[in-house]
Amino acid sequence: MAITLENVDFAYPSGRTVLERFSLTLPERGAVCLFGPSGCGKSTLLRLLAGLEKPQGGQIDGLPPSAAVVFQENRLLPWLTAQENVALPLERLLTKREAAARAGEWLKRVSLADAAGLYPAALSGGMQRRVAIARALAFPAGLLLLDEPFSGLDEALWRELARLIARERAERPTVLVTHIREEAEAMGAALLPLAGPPLRRAEPPVP
Amino acid sequence: MMRSTTKRENKDGGAGGFVRRLAAGAGVLAFWLAVWQGISMLVGQELLVPAPLAVARTFGRLLGTAAFWAAAGSSLLRVAEGYVCAVAAGCALAVLTTRFRLANALFSPLLHIVRAAPVASFIILALVWITTNALPSFIAFLMVVPLVWANVEKGIRTTDPQLLEMAGAYRLGPWRTLLRVRIPSVAPYFMAACTTGLGFAWKSGIAAEVICRPALSIGKKLQDAKVLLETPDVFAWTITVVVLSLLLEKLLVALVRRFGRRYGAAE
Repeated sequence: MAITLENVDFAYPSGRTVLERFSLTLPERGAVCLFGPSGCGKSTLLRLLAGLEKPQGGQIDGLPPSAAVVFQENRLLPWLTAQENVALPLERLLTKREAAARAGEWLKRVSLADAAGLYPAALSGGMQRRVAIARALAFPAGLLLLDEPFSGLDEALWRELARLIARERAERPTVLVTHIREEAEAMGAALLPLAGPPLRRAEPPVP
Repeated sequence: MMRSTTKRENKDGGAGGFVRRLAAGAGVLAFWLAVWQGISMLVGQELLVPAPLAVARTFGRLLGTAAFWAAAGSSLLRVAEGYVCAVAAGCALAVLTTRFRLANALFSPLLHIVRAAPVASFIILALVWITTNALPSFIAFLMVVPLVWANVEKGIRTTDPQLLEMAGAYRLGPWRTLLRVRIPSVAPYFMAACTTGLGFAWKSGIAAEVICRPALSIGKKLQDAKVLLETPDVFAWTITVVVLSLLLEKLLVALVRRFGRRYGAAE
């Protein structure tokens, strides 16, 4: 079932209106890139899709029960090792041992097998990002949300991570937020140009 | 906040390090014993400053009496009772005041009053209301509650909202979020409050005992020794208080570390 937003209104408590009768249908498969300048409302749209914000008007249909999210910041728990961070969301679905084993496999896929027992403080920025991406990819949610996942990374690293996500995200619908066209292209994501705030309506994604 | 970089803790220095630390500790102890001996010789009156050896002899004699163990055990129990209740109440108040504005408005003046008022005022006031046996527990409780309350409240308020949001996005649920995000975030504040609070509880509890003189207590023994001008006994009982305080602190730190590890808190 495709995710649809119909006449969605959203404003922050400060009064800033970000979405005004905004409608959009996301494709059931493949990646879509919410593309637009900083502050246009892309991240707010992503937060609505993640269920972190509730629309004040209109409706969102077809959202899966949970989403895997890569935030702009890594948001790793500093008191858990890389493996425990990746395993944490999985513990809701699997036994602790199974979750740890699955997390170990994913860390291997992102070339961090040797860092499984390290705490985030001992990892470089790029390694932390890979752990955050492994956490999202390992979690079998029906929707993958990526909020500027490559910001602050050098080109070689973000291209490598983009290839990794494109390869590993499987068939699940993926929404990428960025204002850099090359990132969307590297992910093979259809561009959905946005202009706002407030966002009013969106054209169909451009493959 | 100190944190090891791998799961396996690197025990600093191993056995060699332990021997070095022990030797350093013994050196420091020897230095201060020498200073004490020097002062005692300078003053030249056991009534004012007894020599370390005289105090050691008194301490050894006390150790062999049942009254010593009964007094130390009873004081320990009284202080422990007040301390444990204070830790529980402090945590409960911190949760209440961070969650409900009304609770914060109602209870936070209490925090300021208890913090500002001298402990002696509370002891004298409480003597009117409470039995002498229960007073030291109550005073220990009163001194520790604000400390735990304020620290845990700070820990709750400074929990990283981005981590809580991550837990929400991944639908970790309230229980897992509590165990994996909230408790480890608060743990360093809680641990600091527990270790500092223990010293507070012990000192204020003994001070209360000195004033209210329950039958079996270190405080009464201290007061009796002072009245009878048995200065070596005063020193020996004071050493008892210090040794028990250090032992309790070590025990608590070990317990708290274990608790922290269980909940994934960094040390």
